Amino acid sequence: MAQHKVNYTQDGGLPVALTSIDKIVNWGRSNSLWALTYGLACCGIEMMASGASRFDFDRYGTIFRASPRQADVMIVAGTLTKKHAEFIKRLYDQMTEPRWVISMGSCANTGGMFNTYATVQGVDRIIPVDLYLPGCAPRPETLQYGVMLLQKKIRANHASKAQKAKRLM
Amino acid sequence: MRAYTPKDDVQAKSYYTDRYYVAPQVPKSDVESDEVFASDLAAIKAKFKVKEAFIQVEQMVVYIDAKDIYGVLEYMRDELEYTQLSELSAIDWLAKDNTFEIFYQMLSMNKRKRIRIKYFITNGQAVNSVNELFRSADWSEREMFDMFGIEANGHPFMKRILMPYDWQGNPLLKTYPLEGDEFAAWYEVDKIYGKEAREEIGPEIRDTARVDRYDSERFARLGHEVPKGTKITGDEPVTEQTYQEDGGVFLIKKLDKDSSKVIDDPQR
Repeated sequence: MAQHKVNYTQDGGLPVALTSIDKIVNWGRSNSLWALTYGLACCGIEMMASGASRFDFDRYGTIFRASPRQADVMIVAGTLTKKHAEFIKRLYDQMTEPRWVISMGSCANTGGMFNTYATVQGVDRIIPVDLYLPGCAPRPETLQYGVMLLQKKIRANHASKAQKAKRLM
Repeated sequence: MRAYTPKDDVQAKSYYTDRYYVAPQVPKSDVESDEVFASDLAAIKAKFKVKEAFIQVEQMVVYIDAKDIYGVLEYMRDELEYTQLSELSAIDWLAKDNTFEIFYQMLSMNKRKRIRIKYFITNGQAVNSVNELFRSADWSEREMFDMFGIEANGHPFMKRILMPYDWQGNPLLKTYPLEGDEFAAWYEVDKIYGKEAREEIGPEIRDTARVDRYDSERFARLGHEVPKGTKITGDEPVTEQTYQEDGGVFLIKKLDKDSSKVIDDPQR
């Protein structure tokens, strides 16, 4: 065994923690929320800022992935146009369960100021949303807060039971 | 789609009408006032029919015949040094006289001059593509097709560029409703879930300014959050949001608010 500097008899005992399956699974899920790189408009810039050094999403275990198959959470950052609507559904379907969606900013929440023929009036018309972040665009602090609330929401689940898949319809 | 009615100052008219109002026009000056434009116009006139020409805001505007467009632009590019086509699109005059006005904005870097070539086509008529002359015309003509429904003869890929291929209607027409016809309003629902899903998903909520404080399905009052769907009475208690549950989180240090530093100076 490697020579540790930790004195187990003094610093918290043996390297063993007792817990329940629920807690350890939820701990894993909530602290490695890999997000899909999905900036659709100007909110995407704030999402990138959240990932960059000043706000540093890596501290939360939130690492942006370029593939929906490796992602747990989809942060819809920006205006969803009707042309793009079928692709957000396709990307969402490719994510493995359990999966979560954060709707970031006014445009993703309600269509925002784009009250036009070409904009989807709220991303929840296409996919089920777990968390809505207000703002135009929300500051990185808001996104961090949102991710922390999502972590709290994940921890409230029973990991040992099969979770009911979220469906819009 | 609903019929188009001109809406020039509809709201202002019911209160006040200036009998002596004259719509302001950008002043036009004679082509002869500029040497370079005068010689360019003379060169074009020698080979093609010119209906009208004047200078407006230091740019020459030339009206030609629709059939001459390829020849005029080719001549201007090769002989008159107007080597760039910076913009190309149409103007909807359907309500006035059932025509479209097509314009081509030309730029000469050598002469430092801009010329606008214009012509009229009737509704349904196609234009001649200038894609062979200027690569910039490729997407511009596709956009014109997308937004106005004007086809360009000889274009290699005459398809929509901004709207989806299966879109109905041409959004820049003045008859096109901003709030969308039935097709536009249900486009994404019909395409992804099918028409049966309309009932379940419901119509678009287009009044973005509408805020109902008694609606706990769509709104939350910050600091007074209640579970979704709760009936709002108006005297909800203050709810303090915490990042962690009371019992703490497994393997994660409990946040102690008293020992943490709160930065309340935005100019820090």
